[in-house]
Formats: sequence, structure tokens, C-alpha cells
Amino acid sequence: MKSEDFELFATLVKQRSGLVLTPDKAYLLESRLFPVARKHNIKSLEDMAQIVRARREEVLMVDITEAMTTNESFFFRDQKPFALFQRTILPYLIDKRANRKHIRIWSAAASSGQEAYSLAMICSEAATKLQGWKVDIIGTDLSKEMIARAKTGTYSQFEVQRGLPVTHLVKYFQQISGDKWQIKDNIRQMVQFREGNLLSDFGIEGPIDVVFCRNVLIYFDLPTKTRVLGLIADIMQKDGFLLLGGAETVLGVSDRFKIVSGEHGLYVDVNNNYP
Amino acid sequence: MKTCLIVDDSRVIRKVARQILEAIGYACEEADNGQTALEACKAKLPDLVLLDWNMPVMNGLDFLQAIRQMPGGDTPNVIFCTTENDLAHIQEALGAGANEYIMKPFDADIIRGKLEQLGII
Repeated sequence: MKSEDFELFATLVKQRSGLVLTPDKAYLLESRLFPVARKHNIKSLEDMAQIVRARREEVLMVDITEAMTTNESFFFRDQKPFALFQRTILPYLIDKRANRKHIRIWSAAASSGQEAYSLAMICSEAATKLQGWKVDIIGTDLSKEMIARAKTGTYSQFEVQRGLPVTHLVKYFQQISGDKWQIKDNIRQMVQFREGNLLSDFGIEGPIDVVFCRNVLIYFDLPTKTRVLGLIADIMQKDGFLLLGGAETVLGVSDRFKIVSGEHGLYVDVNNNYP
Repeated sequence: MKTCLIVDDSRVIRKVARQILEAIGYACEEADNGQTALEACKAKLPDLVLLDWNMPVMNGLDFLQAIRQMPGGDTPNVIFCTTENDLAHIQEALGAGANEYIMKPFDADIIRGKLEQLGII
């Protein structure tokens, strides 16, 4: 790919999603943009660059951005954040929100929905304690296609084996064909999916009790990370929780959050005295 | 070092599974059917069994039922790894004492994930 074409696509993706593409990602850009070119009957990436320059067709630019920002997702990815949610955060909120009986959880950059559904399964396991409660689990993603997919709650045999214990597969899924499994309605109804862009409107209103924003900031440059964390802090409850990915931190990025000692990846408002 | 007995009548599957499990840190032995696997378990129980379902001589389910009857036979973690991919087979395997279930085809991430869920990695 010509360097000026790479620059064009990288700038477009950065403006629309915040994702920073360095030149070493040229192979990734090419492999993901070829299917977009085919879909639009464009012969080459060079031609596609020309069309973007000349016409700035919205549908094409959305497809390019979505192709670059779609990431793989697993159920219970990395396990530890979910164990933390189940053993520490949820019991804490059940205690703290006992009067209001309402908890709001946000899965930011929800992709195909596995994170949000994993949280719904955990809440379902705590059904006895949450009887009479309203639990909102909201997944947002930049990609229309991913949101549509997440809403179906349908996954391949391969996907339901990545991170999901077989006991959960049996309990929370139904087999709809040989290699397709669908989340049961009672779990699917616990989750709402919406379009939302971390760079502009999040697609969600505050206040939020728990924010899962994992493996997203890692792709942003520093000013974007700082801005997004600031906006998250604005809509997160002052005694709420933020979970970031294992390779992400607020240190040197935002002064709105602080690390919870001994709990890797867990952050609270800087003025929160938790625990 | 933790030990794993890979039970599958396909030499290719045993080879692939061995590569994945050895990279994780397991010392692996192999058996090509349930009967041979049972004899190996009578000599020494492994920490983990990766178990195919359909095999000649003795199938995986019969092996699982037999090993769970042995003294100490409740200790190895048994993960079915089979082309049987329907809910009824999964439930039957869990009912017989399987700890986890993998539907073929598999990759290193799936095996690693199952071991993490069982807390044996």
C-alpha cells in the first residue's frame, strides 16, 4: 500500500474511532480493508483511497472504520475481572444500593457482546440476592454490525468454547443448529445493546455503577485516553468502579481515578475511600 | 511437573494436543483407546485426562465411568475432547463426571481457557 493511502485510511480511522494505526499495522489495514473493497465493488485499495478522497462516501467510511475497530471477544475474557466483579464489586453494590435496588453496568466497546453477557450470567447467578432489583447491563459499540450481532446473542461453536465453562454453556445457551448456540432469552433480556462512540456520544447516560472499558484505551493516543477517562469519570458514580484491561492504566493518563491496591485493573474515583 | 494422559485414536490429534499441553507445562502420555488408558491409570493416575469419545475397544464414556470407580479416580480432571457437539452428549459427559468438555476442532486458546477455568494452569 502506498504510504499516502495508508495515511489517508489511518487518519480517517483515528478521527472516527480514536484508534491509532502505526505504519507497522499496514498489513492489518490491508487484510481488513480488502473485504470492504470487495463489498463496494472496488478493485483495489488504491482505488478505494481515491474514492474516499474524491467523494468521502459516508457508507464507505463507516465500513472502513468498522473493519479496523472490530476486535475478537471472549466470554469471561481474562477471568480475573469477572471474578472480581462476582466476589467483590457485586456484593459491595448489593450492600450500598440496598435502598435504591438499582445497579447500572456498562460494557464499553462491547463488540459482539460476550463481555456484557458474561456479566449478565454472573448477575443471574446472584438472582436470589438481586430479587426485586433492577439491573441494567448496557453494551455499546461503534460498530452497527457488532451491535446487531450482539443483540442476536448467537455464537459459533468455536466462540462458546473460548472462556465459557461448559456448565454455563449448558445452563445459559440453547443449541439452535449443529454449531450455533444462542443465549437463552432470560439472559438476553438482561442486556441492552446500543451504538456509541467513545470519542463523542458514549451512547449511554449516567450515572453508572460499574464500567468495563477493557482493551480499548490501549489503541488510543494519550490525549484521547485522558479525554475518554475524564468523560467516564463524569458519568460514573462517585463510589463506582472502573475496570480496564491488563495492559492499561490510569497512571500518568488521568487524575480522576486511582488504583485499588492489590486489585490489578480495578480503579475508583480519586476521592473514593474504597475499600 | 503435572501430568496429562491424552486419549484419542487419532495420532494427529494426540500430537497436536501434546504440543499444546507440553507448551503449557504438562508432561504427556498417550493412549489410543479407553482400555489402554485405563491400564495406564491403574499404574499411575495422571493429573489431567484429555479424552476422546468415539474410540475402538473402549470408548471415552466407558473409560470415564471406570476411572471414577477406581480408588483415587475422582481426582484427575477429565476434559472430553470430541466431535460429539450436541447438548445431550455434553450433559451425559457431565453426568458421568467429566470436568469440562471441548467440541472439536480445538486450538491452544480453547485448551488453555478450559485449564484456567479448572484452576489447573
